[in-house]
Amino acid sequence: MDWHQLWSILSTPDNVPITALLFLVPFYTWYGLRQAFANDRLIAQLETDPVLAKTHPRKTFPFRPGWSKEVPVWPYLLRIEFLAAIIVTVILFVWSVALNAPLEEPANPNLTMNPAKAPWYFLGLQEMLVYFDPWMAGVVLPTLIIVGLMAIPYMDANPLGNGYYTFKQRKWAILAFCFGFLGLWVLMVIIGTIIRGPGWMWFWPGQTWDHNRVIFEVNRDLPDIFGITSMVGKIIFGLIALGVYFGGAGWAIHKLFVMNEFNRKIYQRMTLLQYLALQFFLTTMMLLPLKMVLRLLFRIKYILVSPWANI
Amino acid sequence: MADEKDTQTDAKDTQSNGKGRVAGVIEKVKEQIRPKLNQDLEGLRQPQKTQLYKSIFRVKHEETPRSRSLSVLSNVFLHLHPARINRDAVRYSYTWGMGGITFYLFVVLTFTGVLLMFYYHPTKIQAFRDILYLEHDVPYGKLLRNMHRWGAHLMVLTVWLHMFRVFLTGSYKKPREFNWCVGVILLVLTLLLSFTGYLLPDDQLGFWAVTVGTNMARATPLLGSEGPLGPQLGMTAYNDVRFALLGGSIVDSNALLRAYIWHCIGIPVIASTFMIVHFWRVRKDGGISGPSPVMLAKEIKPERP
Repeated sequence: MDWHQLWSILSTPDNVPITALLFLVPFYTWYGLRQAFANDRLIAQLETDPVLAKTHPRKTFPFRPGWSKEVPVWPYLLRIEFLAAIIVTVILFVWSVALNAPLEEPANPNLTMNPAKAPWYFLGLQEMLVYFDPWMAGVVLPTLIIVGLMAIPYMDANPLGNGYYTFKQRKWAILAFCFGFLGLWVLMVIIGTIIRGPGWMWFWPGQTWDHNRVIFEVNRDLPDIFGITSMVGKIIFGLIALGVYFGGAGWAIHKLFVMNEFNRKIYQRMTLLQYLALQFFLTTMMLLPLKMVLRLLFRIKYILVSPWANI
Repeated sequence: MADEKDTQTDAKDTQSNGKGRVAGVIEKVKEQIRPKLNQDLEGLRQPQKTQLYKSIFRVKHEETPRSRSLSVLSNVFLHLHPARINRDAVRYSYTWGMGGITFYLFVVLTFTGVLLMFYYHPTKIQAFRDILYLEHDVPYGKLLRNMHRWGAHLMVLTVWLHMFRVFLTGSYKKPREFNWCVGVILLVLTLLLSFTGYLLPDDQLGFWAVTVGTNMARATPLLGSEGPLGPQLGMTAYNDVRFALLGGSIVDSNALLRAYIWHCIGIPVIASTFMIVHFWRVRKDGGISGPSPVMLAKEIKPERP
């Protein structure tokens, strides 16, 4: 166990946000879900007690009849904003006094940095480069992430959970988003920072970064395994394989989606376009973990091989 | 002698007369100025009654609901706030304060960024030296640069957490769908702001990060020289989208200048515009989303036909 290596990664000033991320993201996930579960208990109570449902203020916060439902912004909100600004300023000052922004040697095109890493918030994209060609990892998938995020409000036909934390009423949406945000994006940022070393090779935490390490890894394409050698054959095979994947994944997602009564009702409310868009973004998102498994466990590089583009 | 005496008494007279005159003047001054002075002292004691104060703040400040509302609504910096809000919305547990902190960090970054611009030339010869100068010779230069960099990192984090909170509370739902889209654009702009700033010190870190980043642009479908169907459409390293980003086929002085202009002018202006829309829509869509009373599944209204 090379603690020094681990320390030198975590204590690199530019990696401090990652260290913060390791604490902040789990904390806020817990913080949000804790309130969600509290609300879920309240919802369960109100559902069984229609009389209470009519009189209850329907929040987990204390409320007494006669209390006003609103408070003046000055001073009740503005003082908090003022305090927040002071606290953030203090944190930033302390951080800036304690740690210096990194400055390497002057830019030198003849001396390649190894590993040459993107800024930490883009390491998810750089990590995707392992599993996809640059046109997918660097252009198509980021675009789909942005478009997919923007499409969320228009695909989510569930009217519940608008303006309060809940898990039970939005299980699907929350699990899907958490999988994408925590399970893929944040995790890949962390892998890119902590795990990936020279040559973008996989070094477990505490493993020494060996700049002379060589991995003899022979990657195969999926058509090779099936003994397909001709170009046209590979293209046809790849298209069929992708078709099978999207069909299978779409079918599995559909089965999962309509598993409970409530979701079936939501499904009824969705238009065809809404549902197909949801399927498209979810299946495309799942393509990433699929390729991670294929690559990391089975050394398979591409599913579709063609002279123009590989997936 | 008599003359002497005369002159002496004269002198005495003038002296006593002079004394009298001075005393008289002082008396007059006291008489006329004191009330005026008292007026000013009164102004110091109760500044909110002075013309100066009234001209700036326009409304009286009292502890009445009306006065409290007016102090928010009639203030240009605060008027984006409503006069009154949901009593539970001021709880930290609901909003986590991340949106506000993000905006505050943007302001801090603009401030430190403008100060940094005084010491920085976006040229290959000067850029790196300017950073060294800033770190070693400019008073508090190092602190300034550190604050700018860590503030930028913190802003990326707070934007992510803000988005996470908005998702968990379902705040993107009707009628706030469009504002979520504006927020996604702001997320992208935040990342781009941070990324364009990365190249500016012109050191190995920024250079290789931007090289890796822009090499991906080469692979853009249709528009990149190495992307799917790019070469078939006549894309080369000298006319593709990467060339447009870098102002050349390699990361060099033009790329530095472009990064600088995008970082200091282009993206901040675009981001500010979107921020105005974002904040305005928060108000127009009915203020912040909650915490609102929980809704039960059986209360879902049937869909419009």
